[in-house]
Amino acid sequence: MAVTAVPEAPAERRTRRADRPPKGSRQGRNQLWVWLFLTPTVVLYGVYTVYPIIASYWYSFVEWNGFDADKTWVGLANYKAVLADPLFWNSFKITVLFMVAVVPLKVLLTLLLALVLNSPKLPLRTLFRTAFFLPVVTTTAIVGVVMQFVFDPASGPVNVVLRELGLVADGINFLGDPKTALWTVVGVYIWKWFGVTLIYWLAALQTVPDEVYEAAAIDGAGPWKLLHHITLPLLKPFAVIITLLTLESTLKVFDLMLTMTNGGPFYATEVVEIYIYRWAFAATVPQLGFASAAAVVFGLFVGLVGLLQLAGIRAVRKTRSDR
Amino acid sequence: MSVADEVLSARRGAGNNRWSTARLLRRLPWWIAAAVIGIGGLLWIYPFLWMVGASLKNPLEVFTAGLSLLPEKAEWSNYSRAWSDAGFGKYLINTVIVTVTTVILVVLRCAMAGYVLARQTFFGRKVVMVVLIATLFVPTGYTIIPVVEISEQLGLLNSLTGMVLALSGGAHVASILLYLGYFRQLPRELEESAVIDGAGFFNIFARIMLPLANPVTATVTLLTFLGTWNAFFLPLVFSFSRPDLRTLSVGMLAFVGENSTDWSGMAAAASISLLPVVVLFILLQRYFVEGIAGAVKS
Repeated sequence: MAVTAVPEAPAERRTRRADRPPKGSRQGRNQLWVWLFLTPTVVLYGVYTVYPIIASYWYSFVEWNGFDADKTWVGLANYKAVLADPLFWNSFKITVLFMVAVVPLKVLLTLLLALVLNSPKLPLRTLFRTAFFLPVVTTTAIVGVVMQFVFDPASGPVNVVLRELGLVADGINFLGDPKTALWTVVGVYIWKWFGVTLIYWLAALQTVPDEVYEAAAIDGAGPWKLLHHITLPLLKPFAVIITLLTLESTLKVFDLMLTMTNGGPFYATEVVEIYIYRWAFAATVPQLGFASAAAVVFGLFVGLVGLLQLAGIRAVRKTRSDR
Repeated sequence: MSVADEVLSARRGAGNNRWSTARLLRRLPWWIAAAVIGIGGLLWIYPFLWMVGASLKNPLEVFTAGLSLLPEKAEWSNYSRAWSDAGFGKYLINTVIVTVTTVILVVLRCAMAGYVLARQTFFGRKVVMVVLIATLFVPTGYTIIPVVEISEQLGLLNSLTGMVLALSGGAHVASILLYLGYFRQLPRELEESAVIDGAGFFNIFARIMLPLANPVTATVTLLTFLGTWNAFFLPLVFSFSRPDLRTLSVGMLAFVGENSTDWSGMAAAASISLLPVVVLFILLQRYFVEGIAGAVKS
């Protein structure tokens, strides 16, 4: 989604504009229209995204409980407190761990499946596509709640199967045990968003022209050679984009975490967004300044991921134009 | 006719027979692959089937029935309980209102911004671009505190209007960029000839450019629809003190909190919440897939 070209007016167009005779009043009227067209974005985006980003910095320097209007300037105290809080680092670690666990698994598994699903020889492929995509369209929060029951230690379907197969004697408390909770959420997250990455890969595979395969097949290349020498190299630029999109989306695990585990047990699944939420909204006395400081630190990390993304896209564009 | 012919000719000669066995053998790996994927696929749809089944069981049966999907006797009362007692009818209406208005707002504002940024030179264009790209990806958790604060000051905190505005004002930079990329590659002559025909700025956009961008509009509509229908953080925060403004996902959480033992009621509530979007998905499947694919292709 974020892969679209970073636009810059091509030089050729700019000169063409300059060559044209000035249009006087039309030009002036156009300017009016331009800003009229931009108004909804400038206002909405300004109020709900740009201003909050700036305000977060300001809030992070004050002490403020959100109930009364007075905010006391405390300088860097909030940052000191956040950085000294082991639970903040815990949530940071869990956010990163979650990314590191989800991204390779999801990207590779979906690639494997996409390669098989892409073949017209596979029976029932449309049906499979639908099945794997189904969880994507369903509401995350509801999936989270339903999964609480699916993984219930006493009567949840997962434990029923495990017991019938004789793998466990008592039910495993998947979401209640700090050792298994995060990995259960990783599994559910991959399950839930599998379809999106699968579609990304299928779209990428569509861009490989059939003629290339046909030509190689005539030259006597077998399926493995086709895969190794044609499909995978051609997928490389997409691999960068798909990995980055997947990476980025793992930062939005908030809904699923909150509804499945609420960050627990014992903070075992508390990602940074839940940490912020807890201090800002779920605490009896909200600490908005403290939460903002955590948000700013998190924002810097996200910015880093964003920079990585831009660099990745640049690199992809380069390889594309080299070809 | 032709099928019968084939069968007959296959029976007639040994050569034909061998051919069909060979064909079967060649196809076999694919059928095995399909079977393996099918088992995986079952894992993907089973929770939904189980949930619908549980929504018709009586509360006790949910705990004892294990894996079985079919209830002994369909208990429709679970649905009436979820629909009226727990307010899921109201939550559904809220969700539809919020989603539809947000999608319209986002599509319009992103199309307009994308068009202007792609096709016009104006003072301040660079600044707008830089700001947009710098904020390409901002998680809700980062901006939520000031969003709540400013909404409260504007008197919009406990209202659907506030929820819609916050949802359509956040992120969506990618949608603007999708429109921008599409509009930029259209030939300039389109506008020039429209100007000669006497079309004004607005008409060119509304009657020529926007219809041309239908594929992008489809992608943006679907992505925004999915994002908004599933949104949780903002609706949660915007309905803290107004339970009647909850959306489906927020209502679901509250439902579990308030009725911690009513699993069959929960399953019914979840079924009510998921049914519209699943039906919509099955009807418009192709567009969903193309919409998602469109995001990565461009």
